[in-house]
Amino acid sequence: MGNVPTTVKHCLSYEQLIQDYPWLRRWLLQEKTITGHPEFVKIVEVGPRDGLQNEKEIVPTGVKIQLIDMLSGTGLHVIEATSFVSSKWVPQMADHTEVLRGIQRAPHVQYPVLTPNLQGFQDAVAAGATEVAVFGSASETFSKKNINCSIDESMLRFEEVINTAKEQQIPVRGYVSCALGCPHEGPIEPSKVAEVAKKLYEMGCYEISLGDTIGVGTPGSMFKMLQCVMKEVPVDALAVHCHDTYGQALPNILTALQMGVCVVDSAVAGLGGCPYAQGSSGNVSTEDVLYMLHGMGIETGVNLAKVVEAGDFICNALCRKTNSKVAQARGRTL
Amino acid sequence: MAAVIRLVNRSPLSSAMGQQYLALSSTAKVQAAGVRAGQALPEKVKIVEVGPRDGLQNEKTIVPTETKIHLIDMLSVSGLPVIEATSFVSPKWVPQMADQVEVMKGISRKPGVSYPVLTPNLKGFQAAVKAGASEVAIFGAASELFSKKNINCSVDESLQRFDEVMKAAKEAGVPVRGYVSCVLGCPYEGKVAPEKVAHVAKRLYSMGCYEISLGDTIGVGTPGSMSEMLEAVSREVPVNALAVHCHDTYGQALANILVALQMGISVVDSSVAGLGGCPYAQGASGNVATEDVVYMLHGLGIQTGVDLSKLMDAGAFICRSLNRKTNSKVSQATCKL
Repeated sequence: MGNVPTTVKHCLSYEQLIQDYPWLRRWLLQEKTITGHPEFVKIVEVGPRDGLQNEKEIVPTGVKIQLIDMLSGTGLHVIEATSFVSSKWVPQMADHTEVLRGIQRAPHVQYPVLTPNLQGFQDAVAAGATEVAVFGSASETFSKKNINCSIDESMLRFEEVINTAKEQQIPVRGYVSCALGCPHEGPIEPSKVAEVAKKLYEMGCYEISLGDTIGVGTPGSMFKMLQCVMKEVPVDALAVHCHDTYGQALPNILTALQMGVCVVDSAVAGLGGCPYAQGSSGNVSTEDVLYMLHGMGIETGVNLAKVVEAGDFICNALCRKTNSKVAQARGRTL
Repeated sequence: MAAVIRLVNRSPLSSAMGQQYLALSSTAKVQAAGVRAGQALPEKVKIVEVGPRDGLQNEKTIVPTETKIHLIDMLSVSGLPVIEATSFVSPKWVPQMADQVEVMKGISRKPGVSYPVLTPNLKGFQAAVKAGASEVAIFGAASELFSKKNINCSVDESLQRFDEVMKAAKEAGVPVRGYVSCVLGCPYEGKVAPEKVAHVAKRLYSMGCYEISLGDTIGVGTPGSMSEMLEAVSREVPVNALAVHCHDTYGQALANILVALQMGISVVDSSVAGLGGCPYAQGASGNVATEDVVYMLHGLGIQTGVDLSKLMDAGAFICRSLNRKTNSKVSQATCKL
């Protein structure tokens, strides 16, 4: 036994190792599935953006800032702060600049923002953004209805953003929506999801978040989709963004973990309904995800009690009940 | 990455050696459960519908007898193979189940469907058989404190009481299902040792119960504790005699059920519309909703024999009668209350 000499360690990058020992990638992937799950999972908190965007009440800027500041103190590593889309389309995010300027950024926490096009990207950077995200779709109809262009056209737009971001060394996260089903087209072919994910990854997105936009997926469809996508994008560059509209989010996330995915998107208090199923829930709640992960012995670095407090705060501000079952069980409902 | 660097230090490494290291270093980490996403799941799962008993028992509103009967009849035509109809406990303790005899006599039994009833003691068993019951269920706990607080005796004493029921049931040719509560946690004791659960499950099985339903009574379990517990229990009771009864109080039920399926379990208890709150967490949910379970199972290609649409109709009916919203997300999403 004995330690690897420092010089050797410095020479050995992960890419070098994989090149020299091709079986290693498979071994590392297998090790995850043999133990059943990764040891550490990164949570990407999307409540302040994806969550609030789908809430009917317009939330005052001060409340948004306080929510993000509370979340910053919970141990979360990534908090999606706002969206630089036109306020005509998404009035909830009209105060994007004030929010980004008003939050107290915790060290070691990322605050990505959505940037649908070059204009949005430039505004985001001017407002202090240091990470951005772009949104693709695996469904042509959804793309046309949502952002008024085809998937290919949207990729061209994103290419502009990604190239400009590269020049400024700003990391870009890619989202693929309708990964397990589309409100207009119905079931979506896993190969289409893989194609879009691959495109975004090759253009330069460091991570691809696969979104079950209408929550129709089950462990069955999640498994098939991930199997396909993992042939095109390395699993450590993948994340899952599950909606709980049909109550399937946690088993879907569990399936993804068992396949080696170790990044999970969620929203505090399960903020954000589903615009395609009136009165239904949308995002899976961060509290419930954390409860499951911690129960499995998976590290996240996040303090569940503090997330529950942040959830409490925003639900009071919105005059609504939490969607988190953990928060409800701990007597934190209105 | 530390593990990777240790491996590389021994060069040259061939694929064969790599595989040896895989075996050596992974053995320490391999959990006996070895759950994998791609593992073969059961082709069929039997759903045990507990809404009319466990569900209604935990609802505050007393439900009229005709409503209970109509609910059971609607569930009978949805394809469910087992519907727990009522409970022969003293109405002093469980007023909701006071109309046990009328319910048993009033339902239209569908051929091929079982209608088990709870029988806490010999007296209850005799009353149940008289009212036409052809299957019964008994309840043990994996927690001593829960047993004392719930039925005022120790776990061993409760199992002795059931001895009488088992004998009478054997003589009458009536199958008996056993329940173990608090398998993943107790509201009084907290953590419950998997060995204790295995011990109680084994006792019930040896006494003659054909199936043991393992209940996460307060819904605190996660895929971690579920797999640990099932590992311990399946060493004592054959897995095809096991069922899981998950509560969704902390939103973990479906994930826990998935893990159970991966470990070979093929019987799942659930409650239409997620009826029944949790008496230990005010305002929180209790039983997992049958609709949500069926949605997941069908999405996995697993057969249940259940018509989801008819099931949702039954859920809509009982929610209207109770004047409450459904706890089923599938029903909410498809606008069935």
